[in-house]
Amino acid sequence: MNLLLLAAFWGVLMMFLSVLGISRSRIRLVAQWGMGLLFLSTAAEMQGFVLYDLNAPEMLRVDRYALVLLAILSGCGFLYFLLSATDMAKVGSDYSEYFALIFFVFCGFVLVLSFTSLLMLFLGIEIVTIPLYILTGADKRNLKSNEASLKYFLLGAFSTGLMLMGITMVYGARGSFSSMELVGASGIPTQLLLGGLFLMLFSMAFKVSVAPFHFWTPDVYDGAPTVFTSFMATLVKVAAFAGFFRLFDHAFTSLTPAWQVWAGVLSVCTLMIGNITAVFQQSVKRLLAYSSIAQAGFMMLGIYGLGGVAKEGMVLYAASYSLATIGIFAVLTRMQDYTLEGFNGLAKERPWVAASLTIFLLSLAGIPLTAGFLAKFYMLQAAVEAKYGLAVVIVSVLMAAVSVYYYFRILQAMYFRERSEEVSFPVFSSGFVRVLMLLAALILVMGVQPGWLLRYLYF
Amino acid sequence: MPINYYLFLSLALFSIGMVGVLTRRNAIIIFMCIELMLNAVNLLLVAFSKMHHLKNLAINPMIGVDGQLFVFFIMVVAAAEVSVGLAIIVMMYRNVHSVDIQFLNRLKH
Repeated sequence: MNLLLLAAFWGVLMMFLSVLGISRSRIRLVAQWGMGLLFLSTAAEMQGFVLYDLNAPEMLRVDRYALVLLAILSGCGFLYFLLSATDMAKVGSDYSEYFALIFFVFCGFVLVLSFTSLLMLFLGIEIVTIPLYILTGADKRNLKSNEASLKYFLLGAFSTGLMLMGITMVYGARGSFSSMELVGASGIPTQLLLGGLFLMLFSMAFKVSVAPFHFWTPDVYDGAPTVFTSFMATLVKVAAFAGFFRLFDHAFTSLTPAWQVWAGVLSVCTLMIGNITAVFQQSVKRLLAYSSIAQAGFMMLGIYGLGGVAKEGMVLYAASYSLATIGIFAVLTRMQDYTLEGFNGLAKERPWVAASLTIFLLSLAGIPLTAGFLAKFYMLQAAVEAKYGLAVVIVSVLMAAVSVYYYFRILQAMYFRERSEEVSFPVFSSGFVRVLMLLAALILVMGVQPGWLLRYLYF
Repeated sequence: MPINYYLFLSLALFSIGMVGVLTRRNAIIIFMCIELMLNAVNLLLVAFSKMHHLKNLAINPMIGVDGQLFVFFIMVVAAAEVSVGLAIIVMMYRNVHSVDIQFLNRLKH
């Protein structure tokens, strides 16, 4: 709950800063300190320090799962601000408002991760997505940004409509919005309940870009300003997934036979479409958009194999995927050329940046000793116990092998190609490189000692 | 009146909205269709709320109130969405002088 209060306060503060006409470097500093404070306050809440105890257990309950994920999200948000806050200034003139919107999105994260009522889930999803429509269209003169924003808005509002219908049908069948199942309420599910369940499943699939509801993702991620794509593809996606997971974990456990196979079909579809399409991309930004769809397929396995170690997998995936993708995007934002050729020969001239990128890409591909490997391992372990689990796991492993191909294309460009004459690499400040290496180190540490993170899930 | 009538009416409205979103090409009309979907949900929520209220009147007269509360939240969120959405459409119109979403496919690559 600390995070909710502080994020709301900091959002308003950032809005006022824009009116006061303070210099951009000051605004950036305030935002970075604010995000650091959000992380610290969440970490403090895990130790039992609560700023304000909101006693509304029928609406929000901040349990360990929510706290761990909030800590991961705010920590990644802090690193994201350290790496990319300077690049936001290039998007447009409303520097302070961008930060304000991001802080408001963090308020939404709290609701999405700790809801116990479907009302809070709905509000949380909306508080997360409405600022994102604005951020997507932040580059007002750029036609691609406009296009992405309009497309995202129309499809987002459409899927909200579907989700509301789902919530209403569940309400009609159960008589309450509580996301906790009533004890002893099982029995034969009515058509109304099943209809609501599937509408919610599909609308959440829309929000987290699971195939076949993924078609907006490449265009929106490609059109949005790269700094904000980074935010959308990592933190927002992870938070939406964690909320999705919480919904099915709490509200629909007794209906598992009805939706489990469908979740499996969705995840197989996503893995195949995401990975195979990513192979043919030439632009690294678009490649990362498809890679984010492919990674969504793996996160979907956690929902498919609910129970068991799926929760650990979700937490580890959230951390490893966000860290790696934030790092790659931070470098990509500064590159002149977004195509694969633009990375040619990076290793010779910027060895440390290339080394960190290597670790990020290895982690995304799921190579052992990185956090990405263990995250995938937990997801597969959870999935193999589900119905038809073995077939799904075999397909997933094959698709992970496909993903190695396109991640290694970037590595190949960096290490084994010569730089072409017309491209010049940006100068990375030493602070930027240090934060990048910190991200890489975190990924390696989590790959060796996942227990340091996972132990916070219990007690 | 039995709940079925309300169910059919709001599902019909919802379907009209959905088909509109999927087939129309004017961004504003798509937008109106989305609003229609939300309002169909509102109608259904109120109907369900009344149903649960009448069913549990003897046990707990407060049951069913939350459904009507939800309607207010949907209205507020829809208003927020309208303000952002219209701004986006206006931004689009300034750049291309059209609100036809056919335009979106031209930019695809």
